[in-house]
Amino acid sequence: MGKVLEVKNIEKYYGSKTNLSKAIDNISFEVDKGEFVGIMGASGSGKTTLLNCISTIDKVTAGHIVINGQDITRLKANHLNQFRREELGFIFQDFNLLDTLTAYENIALALTIQKINPKEIDKRVTNIAEKLGIQEILKKYPYQVSGGQKQRIASARAIITNPKLVLADEPTGALDSKSARQLLENFEILNEKMMATILMVTHDAFTASYANRIIFIRDGKIFNELVKGNDTRKQFFEKIIEVQTLLGGDLNDVI
Amino acid sequence: MLFKLSFENMKKSFKDYAIYFLTLVLGVAIFYMFNSLDSQQAMLTVSDSTREMIKLMIDMLGMISVFVAIVLGLLIVYANSFLINRRKKEFGIYMTLGMGKWQISKIILLETILVGILSLLVGIVIGIFASQFMSILVSKLFQADMSEFTFVFSKDACMKTCVYFAIMYVAVALFNTITVSRYKLINLLTALRKNEKVKIKNPFLCVVVFILASFVLGYAYWKVTGGIQTMNTADKILHVIIMGIVSTIFIFWSLSGFILNVIKSMKKVYLKGTNMFVLRQINNKINTMVISMSVICLMLFMTISILSSSLSLRNTMQKDLEDMTPVDLNLYKTANLPEKMVNRYGKEIIYTKEQREDSKITIQETLKNCEFDSSVLKDIVEIPIYTSENLTLETFFGDSVEEVKAKFSMLAYDTVEQIVKVSDYNKIASLYGNTQYDLKDDEYLVVCDFKSMEEIRNQILKKGNHTLSIAGKQYQSKEKECQNGFIVMSTSHINTGIILVPDSCPLKEEEKQMTFLAANYQATTNEQRDNIQAMFARKDSSFLQKLASQGIIIEDMTKITIIESSVGVATIVTFIAIYLGIIFLLASSAILALKQLTESSDNQQRYSILRKIGCDEKMINKALFRQIGIFFAMPLILAIIHSIFGIQFVLSMITGLASCEDLLPSIVVTVIVIGVIYGAYFLATYMGSKTIIKEDS
Repeated sequence: MGKVLEVKNIEKYYGSKTNLSKAIDNISFEVDKGEFVGIMGASGSGKTTLLNCISTIDKVTAGHIVINGQDITRLKANHLNQFRREELGFIFQDFNLLDTLTAYENIALALTIQKINPKEIDKRVTNIAEKLGIQEILKKYPYQVSGGQKQRIASARAIITNPKLVLADEPTGALDSKSARQLLENFEILNEKMMATILMVTHDAFTASYANRIIFIRDGKIFNELVKGNDTRKQFFEKIIEVQTLLGGDLNDVI
Repeated sequence: MLFKLSFENMKKSFKDYAIYFLTLVLGVAIFYMFNSLDSQQAMLTVSDSTREMIKLMIDMLGMISVFVAIVLGLLIVYANSFLINRRKKEFGIYMTLGMGKWQISKIILLETILVGILSLLVGIVIGIFASQFMSILVSKLFQADMSEFTFVFSKDACMKTCVYFAIMYVAVALFNTITVSRYKLINLLTALRKNEKVKIKNPFLCVVVFILASFVLGYAYWKVTGGIQTMNTADKILHVIIMGIVSTIFIFWSLSGFILNVIKSMKKVYLKGTNMFVLRQINNKINTMVISMSVICLMLFMTISILSSSLSLRNTMQKDLEDMTPVDLNLYKTANLPEKMVNRYGKEIIYTKEQREDSKITIQETLKNCEFDSSVLKDIVEIPIYTSENLTLETFFGDSVEEVKAKFSMLAYDTVEQIVKVSDYNKIASLYGNTQYDLKDDEYLVVCDFKSMEEIRNQILKKGNHTLSIAGKQYQSKEKECQNGFIVMSTSHINTGIILVPDSCPLKEEEKQMTFLAANYQATTNEQRDNIQAMFARKDSSFLQKLASQGIIIEDMTKITIIESSVGVATIVTFIAIYLGIIFLLASSAILALKQLTESSDNQQRYSILRKIGCDEKMINKALFRQIGIFFAMPLILAIIHSIFGIQFVLSMITGLASCEDLLPSIVVTVIVIGVIYGAYFLATYMGSKTIIKEDS
C-alpha cells in the first residue's frame, strides 16, 4: 500500500533566540493508506503542534511533510487552503459545527465550498448519514442533538469529501463514555469499510486502543511505537497503559 | 487605578468604540451647526422680512433640536447597552477579583465620561469649522451679502450642545449602573460559553405571514396613491401609517424565513459555495432584531422622503416663482361694503360711511384721493371681479354635488364663485403674458391652476354640456376641462377657479366683489425699485398711513415680498429636512454598524470554522461582504419601496407641486447623501469585521 503521509525530520521552535522552546524535536514517521494511527502524549508533549503542522494550520521550522506525494511545507498560502479543502478532513474536540446551520447543511458545506454539483451533494450527504446512523437528525440544529451525535455529524463532514487523510484532534475529549464508544465504532467503520486513513491525536488510552498503531510522543520526540497486530483490543489497551505508565514516570526511571 | 483601567479599556475596545465614537462626534457637530445659525454673519446683511424668516427658522430648528436630542439620546443608550453587554466576561473577572458592583459602575461611569468629554470636544471643534461652510450656504440660500468673511463662533449653541449631551450621558450612566446592578457573577463568567439557541420559525408560517404582510403593505401603498381621494381625514392617514408600520415589522419578522425557504428550494443556488452559510447568518441575525430592523427601515424611509420631497418642493417653488410673479404689484380692494357684516368668526363688523363710499370707487381713484403719485407705476390695468349669490361651488356642481361631496367632504361648498368678464381677464392675461380666451355669447370658461381643484372641477366638466345660470342667463361650458391662468399673484399655483363670462353678461354693479389692479414699477435701478416697494411694503410709509387713517383697506401683493417669503419658506423646509434627514440616517447606520461589530465575536468563531474546513481568505471575505451587505441593504430596500409611495403621497398632499422631472434632481441629491453616509458606515463595518475575524488565525 502507498504512503499517504510522510513526516521527515520535522522541527518546530517557538519563542525568540533568548528563550527558545522546541515543541517538536526531530520527528519522523510514515502513515500508509488505510491505516488508523493514534498519536498519544501528555499535554504539552507537542502532539497538537504536530497535528497543526500536518494539517497545514501551522508551519514547521525545519523538515518536510509529504501528503499523498505533495510536500506541503513548500506550498504557498492560497494553495494550502485548496489543499486542506480537497485532501484533508478534520474532526475537532469541540466539534466546530456551525450553530446556525442544520446537520445536513453542516455536512454539505464541506462539499459546496468545493463547488460540487448540487445533485451529487444531496446523494453523498444522505449516503454518509446512513453509514454513520445520523439520517434521523439531519434536519436538526447542533444545539438540538447530543455531543456524540454532534461528533458524528462532524465526522460525516470530515469524510464526505473523500479526503486522503482524516485528522482527528481529541475527538472523544468532550464526550461521555457511551458516546465516545459509539463514535470510535464509527471510526472503525470509516477506516475499514470506507478505507479512510485516520490520524488521531488523543491522551486517552481507551480511545487510542481503537487505532491500529500508536505513536507516543514526549517532549517533542517520538518515545515509543505500538502496533496492534493480532492483539485483541483489550490486550492492546493493556499495552498502551503500560507505555503510558512509563511515559508518566521520570525519564531516569525508564532508562 | 480605576481611571487607568477605564482608560486602558477604552483603548482596548476601540474597535467597538470607533464607530460609536464617530457617531457621537458627528451627532455633536451637527447639533452644534444647526443651533449656531442665529449668530451667522448672513443674519446681519439680509432684509427685514428675510430676517423674520430666519428668526422663524431658528425657532423651529430649536424645537426640532429637542426631538433630535431625544433620537440621539436613545441611540446612545441603545448603542451603549450592547457595547456593555459584550463585556460581561471582563466584568466577571473584576468581580472574581473582589471588585464590587459599585466599583464596576464607577469604571463604566468613568469610561462614559471620558468618551463623552472627548466626543463633545472633537464634535464641537468640527462643528465650529463646519458651520463656516454652513454660513456660506445660509447666505446663498437667503441671498445675503457675504463679501466679507468672518469666523463665527456661537457661545449659545456651544452651551446648548454641552447641556443637551451632558443630559444624554447622565442618562446613559444611570442606565449602565442599573444594568450592572442586575448582573450575577455566574452569568457573567459563563457569558461567552452561551449556547445560543437558534430561533426556528415555522417555515409555513413565515411564508403565510410574509404574503399577508406584503398584501397589507400593498393595500397601504394603494391607499396613498391610487386611492388618495379617500385620504381626507387625519385618522384615515393615521390608519395607513399604522398599517405601514405593522406590516413592516411583520415583513422583517418573516422575511429571512421566507427568503430562506425560497432559496432552499432552489438547490443550485443554495448548495453553492458559502451561500448556505451567508443565508443562515442573515436569517439568524434578523430573527433576533426584528424591531431594530423595522425602526431602521422606517428611519431610512423618513430620511429619503423628507430629503427628496423637501428638496423638490424647494425646486418647484423657485421655478413656479418665475411664472407666478409676472408683474411688480397687485392691489385689490373689496367693493360694495355693506353697513355691517358678520365675519366668519361670528363677529359683527360695522363699516363707516367713508369706507362704504370708497368701496364704490376704483383703486386708481382711491390712490388719487390719497394724493398718491401714480407716476411711479406703469402698465396699470384695473378690472372688476364679480360674484353672484346664487353661484357657489355647490351650484357649480349642480346635480352631481352629492357625488362630489361624498368624495371630497373637506371642501367649503358655500364659497361663492368669482366671475370675470372675458375682456377684463384678457387685459390681465396680456399684461402677464398668459393665454387669452374668446367666448361666444352663451359660453363660459373656468380658469384654474390649483391642481387638485382642477381635477375635481374637470370631473364635472368632462361630462360635457355643463351649463351655469349667471345673472339670469344660461351659459354652457366652452371646454370640457379647466383652462390655465390666474389673476392674483402668489407663491404658488393656488387659483381654485375663476369663471369667465362674455362681456354681454348682464352683471350688476352691486355684484362687484372687488376691484383688482396690476401694475409694474416705473423704475430702472434697484434703488428706485426699493423706494417704490417701500410705499406698499413698509407699514410706516406715508401712503399706507394715510389709507389707514381713513380706514381704507387695500390689500397688496408685490413681487418682492412673494419672492422673499417663498425663498424663506423653501429654505426653512430645506434646512429642517437636512437636519432631520441626516440625524435619522446617522442613527440608523450607526445601529446597524454597531450591531454587526459587537456580534463579531460570534462571527469570529463561525468564520474560523469555515477557515478550518478549508475556505480560503477570498471566500471568507466574500461571504463576510455579502453578509454585511445584505444586512445593510434589507432595510434600505424596503425603505426605498416605502418612499416611492410616500413621496408621491407627500407631493400630492402639497397638491401637484411637482412632477417626476422636478423630483429627479432632488432624488439624485438624496441618493448621494445616503450613499455617502450609509456607504461609509457599511465600509467601516466591513473593514472592522474583517480585522476582527482575521485576528484568530
